[in-house]
Amino acid sequence: MTLAIDRNDPAIRAYAESYRQAAAGKRRQTLIGIAVFAACIWLSALGAEVDLGRLFENIGRFPNYLWQTLPTLRLSSLGADFAEWYWGLFRWLRLLWQTVLIAYVGTILGATGAFLLCFAAAANLGRAPWLRFAVRRFLEFCRTVPEIVFALIFVIAFGLGPLPGVLAIAIHTMGALGKLFSEVVENIDLKPVDGVTATGGNWWQVVRFAVVPQVLSNFASYALLRFEINVRGASIMGFVGAGGIGQDLIEAIRKFYYTDVSAIMLLVILAVMLIDLGTERLRHALLSLESRS
Amino acid sequence: MSFAIPAAERDDILQRHAAAIRGSLGTRLATIGAVAAVLGLLVYGLTTLETTLWRVLAGLGNLGSFVVLMLPPDPGSWARAGIFVHALFETIAIAFLGTVLAAFLALPFGFLAARNVVANRIVHFLARRSLDTVRGVDALIWALIWINVVGLGPFAGMLAIMTSDFGAFGKLYSEAIEAADRKAVEGVASVGGSKAHQIRFGLLPQVLPVIASQVLYFIESNTRSSTIIGIVGAGGIGLYLAETIRTLEWQQTSFLILLILVAVSAIDFLSGKLRFAIIGRRAV
Repeated sequence: MTLAIDRNDPAIRAYAESYRQAAAGKRRQTLIGIAVFAACIWLSALGAEVDLGRLFENIGRFPNYLWQTLPTLRLSSLGADFAEWYWGLFRWLRLLWQTVLIAYVGTILGATGAFLLCFAAAANLGRAPWLRFAVRRFLEFCRTVPEIVFALIFVIAFGLGPLPGVLAIAIHTMGALGKLFSEVVENIDLKPVDGVTATGGNWWQVVRFAVVPQVLSNFASYALLRFEINVRGASIMGFVGAGGIGQDLIEAIRKFYYTDVSAIMLLVILAVMLIDLGTERLRHALLSLESRS
Repeated sequence: MSFAIPAAERDDILQRHAAAIRGSLGTRLATIGAVAAVLGLLVYGLTTLETTLWRVLAGLGNLGSFVVLMLPPDPGSWARAGIFVHALFETIAIAFLGTVLAAFLALPFGFLAARNVVANRIVHFLARRSLDTVRGVDALIWALIWINVVGLGPFAGMLAIMTSDFGAFGKLYSEAIEAADRKAVEGVASVGGSKAHQIRFGLLPQVLPVIASQVLYFIESNTRSSTIIGIVGAGGIGLYLAETIRTLEWQQTSFLILLILVAVSAIDFLSGKLRFAIIGRRAV
């Protein structure tokens, strides 16, 4: 028995023809897509003032810059070299601690705001459609405007220092977490809600006894995730004078204190990594707590 | 007929199920302890971060007057509006080009960092860690470094977005490649396909839609980050945003914020449509 196909069979030819047409259509679509894509690239290369000549002429400065940030560490005088590299360690650690605190307070305040608003924004619990619409647009506004823009405005309103940084992070966090929280609320099991409603509970009692116990561990997990993002965000708040280690960092970059740049960056990356690990532990503990109950 | 429980019976039920209703002493203590720790750190933070009630109230007063001054949004003159729109175009160009270039450049590194492609543990570890480090540095800092190389302007901003995304894309690619199904590749091999055929018809159709939809997500989020990159002088609308805030031209500030909001939601809408067109009606 052979599986050979008679290519001249009219039925097969009809199939082959329709396949050819479909393939040609798809190819045409792909070509149009590539053309549009290339046009977009060309347009944005114009917009971004891409100048390859200048890039290739000066590309050596990039590795050069990174190279210069490396400290001179000799094996014979390792301790002294290290002390020279991290000459401002105590000051930087204090600022780093302030950065982490800015992120912490901002996260807590923002998460509280998001918690208060998310029930009104959720499609399954929000009572008035106009209120839901308003809350959703407000949260969208809070997360679309970058936090450093809020910080710029707040620095003028509240004066220099960590306070504007805290508030900027809190507002941005509220917008981002409010969306996530309301999505969690939209995915809950509605049976407990029906149960509390059936025993005559009002809206607040429904939220307190039927919704909150279902969503709290997820909320905490998202807030921890956000905390880690906010530590990164808080580390650049100092660029606009809103507290934290960013102030020293931008000064070091602007004044070409190369080794300071690498010392501070390493501290920030290390802190973010440690917090990343810590929050991951906590989140796993929270999730296992939920699966056990 | 009443469903109410008599008081005595109610007390009895409460007493018998006290543990279930109130929870055990240990969990209650743990809850109280956790809440106290969270609140304690919050109070400590608020006191060390110079947040006095007086300062907050004064600031809120200032903020209120700024908001009043912001209305209605007004660019000042048509020439100024033209400059702002051009800056917005620059911003979008920075985000788009930076993301696309990062997406292409990160491809080989994604393969290097994927455990099922490169078996050498040291190469794999080094690739992962260097991608992490690149990702850990904020785009604003990359912008400051690139300004030293190519000078002020949007080109530096584009390179900064490209660099910081490069790390993120490398990580995402390596995860997508590690998660790819081997069966399709084996299927192509079993009908006599070469190595190139296996990648083209076995691996690429699986990985490409995921990558494309990630790239679209990144273009969205990069439009937001490229609006602020101008604050350090790397092109785009951020320069004017910082300038109008510092010179207290509040009506122009609110016009710029409005412009950003419109542009971001337009790009959200567009990329949502494109994503569905690419991956079909399937959630990723």
